[in-house]
Amino acid sequence: MHTKSVGQDKFQAHDHYWVDELLTEEHRLIRETVRAWVKREVSPVIEDYAQRAAFPKHLIKGLAEVGAFGPTIPVQYGGQGLDYISYGIIMQELERGDSGIRSTASVQSSLVMYPIYTYGNEAQRMKYLPKLGSGEWMGSFGLTEPNHGSNPSGMTTHFEDKGDHYLLNGSKMWISNAPFCDVAVVWAKDEAGVIRGLVVERGMEGFTTPETHGKWSLRASATGELVFDNVRVPKENLLPNGKGLKAPLGCLSSARFGIAWGAIGAAMDCYDSALRYSLERIQFDKPIGGFQLTQKKLAEMITEITKAQLLAWRVGVLKNEDRATPAQISMAKRNNVDMALHIAREARQIHGGMGITGEYPIMRHMMNLESVITYEGTHDIHLLITGMDVTGINAFK
Amino acid sequence: MKILVCICQTPDTTAKIEFTNANTQFNTSGVQYILNPTDEWYALVRALELKEQNGGSVTVVTVGKADTEQNIRKALAIGADDAVRIDANPDDAYVVGTHIADYAAGKGYDIIFTGKETIDYNGFSVPGVVAELLDLPQVSLAAHLTMDGNTATIDREIEGGIERVQVSTPFLVSAQKGMAEQRIASMKGIMSARTKPLQVVAPKDVKPLATVAYYELPAKRQTVKLIAPEHAADLVRLLHEEAKVI
Repeated sequence: MHTKSVGQDKFQAHDHYWVDELLTEEHRLIRETVRAWVKREVSPVIEDYAQRAAFPKHLIKGLAEVGAFGPTIPVQYGGQGLDYISYGIIMQELERGDSGIRSTASVQSSLVMYPIYTYGNEAQRMKYLPKLGSGEWMGSFGLTEPNHGSNPSGMTTHFEDKGDHYLLNGSKMWISNAPFCDVAVVWAKDEAGVIRGLVVERGMEGFTTPETHGKWSLRASATGELVFDNVRVPKENLLPNGKGLKAPLGCLSSARFGIAWGAIGAAMDCYDSALRYSLERIQFDKPIGGFQLTQKKLAEMITEITKAQLLAWRVGVLKNEDRATPAQISMAKRNNVDMALHIAREARQIHGGMGITGEYPIMRHMMNLESVITYEGTHDIHLLITGMDVTGINAFK
Repeated sequence: MKILVCICQTPDTTAKIEFTNANTQFNTSGVQYILNPTDEWYALVRALELKEQNGGSVTVVTVGKADTEQNIRKALAIGADDAVRIDANPDDAYVVGTHIADYAAGKGYDIIFTGKETIDYNGFSVPGVVAELLDLPQVSLAAHLTMDGNTATIDREIEGGIERVQVSTPFLVSAQKGMAEQRIASMKGIMSARTKPLQVVAPKDVKPLATVAYYELPAKRQTVKLIAPEHAADLVRLLHEEAKVI
């Protein structure tokens, strides 16, 4: 195993508008717990894993213990039974460490446990959820295909009813957790062309998960393909209660909500590092934080973080009340990820040359966020969702 | 083994320190509070380890108003069985120590743990007050503790070395670094903390013995002046005229 010395994680939270006062005692306790775990377990190793493009598999047990797998799933199914703000806070703190680690948790929670809980029957819930909640099994989510990204309804993966089983064919691409997943929630068309969800298990003949190599982003997270070559899927693995594209889109709404919070974590880490660096770095006999151009960057960063915090909090309240619309979640995801990416770039400038090294988390966050701004609905697609929401006119096609 | 752990909250180490009311009060606006680290990392965790080895119970007690409950829940999430909040302002060490001793008297605790000090006012008198009022032996600055039956062997850190003492239950010990390692609560712990008992006790009337005249922040650090080696005379002059140390 390679080792590399990294600077100590000196992260301090910034809460300019005392948003903390909008949170409950338990929310704050959850945040402190996950933050302490990230400082102890993630920060010391993440740079090394990202540089080597390896997934720190040993963190799975700890992720389960801090409640990162299925926070909103009821306790009797192996979740935590928490509200959506708690879920957001957990994602924020994980992404403060690394977007790849947060992605692993997002997929497990929102894209695997959520659909099995929401669209599955009792037997499916009991079979899969407790093992997914404890991290004993890891899951992936297959919707995107090589030729169908922003337009999932055009998918070609399909299955046929063969009497005592379904026969699944097709492939999925850009799938987080694919290379090591034990189960995959796969969206495919039935013979009538209706999109349905199937739980495919590792070991089923004809099911392979080749890894995607050469990523410049989310390097500490494993990405791959799901390939189905005449896979015989038992009939009891069909999710009975989700039909049509709105079923997988429901999962994406849940995941996007977590991303809206997660991006704040990455932004806070970049801002915190830039603020500290600007007060330590002396040029022309004074800290660079004393120059107007640096202050402009820092002031705009904390302003944008504060706005993003309030946006995430409000959409969390709406989600808890079961009132958040997909369009509202889209706006929060789009705004907050874009905000984080801008802050990463500005923070990189403040760090000067140091910002490009692994001594600081900036470049890793920046590269990660290039994925985050693309997956779960691209930046442009979310704009069109808002556009359609306010005009009532579909500009997708 | 029945154990009581005295905990308190302190401003987060990142809090901005400002004073109001003619510098007689700490400005708590926007300040976030954490569990006092020596209480949490050393006293509480060692108490939990002893319970895990020997059975028994761990109760945490604090003197404070309702705003301390977040940190009490944290102690419960880490593993304490139940909590007691004595509903009074922690005005000074005498007040805090008296309230805790009043509560603990007659309840048969084998060990009372405290942290060695608080990181806000560097207070370290509460353990002494509690031990004195309960007529218990007190071992301070304890960095290591093992139990054999009712006898504890405790290492105290002293200047340049270690002092090993033995004491029998019941006793009070104030813990410092070395006693245990920080524990991070699990989500299961946080969830079970929701339903663990937190008893609020009405305070007795205790008046503080000390009042704060005023607070003062340390002087800002002066910038460093570098004197070239060939100007040693200037150094001597500055030390005499500006720094006034020679």
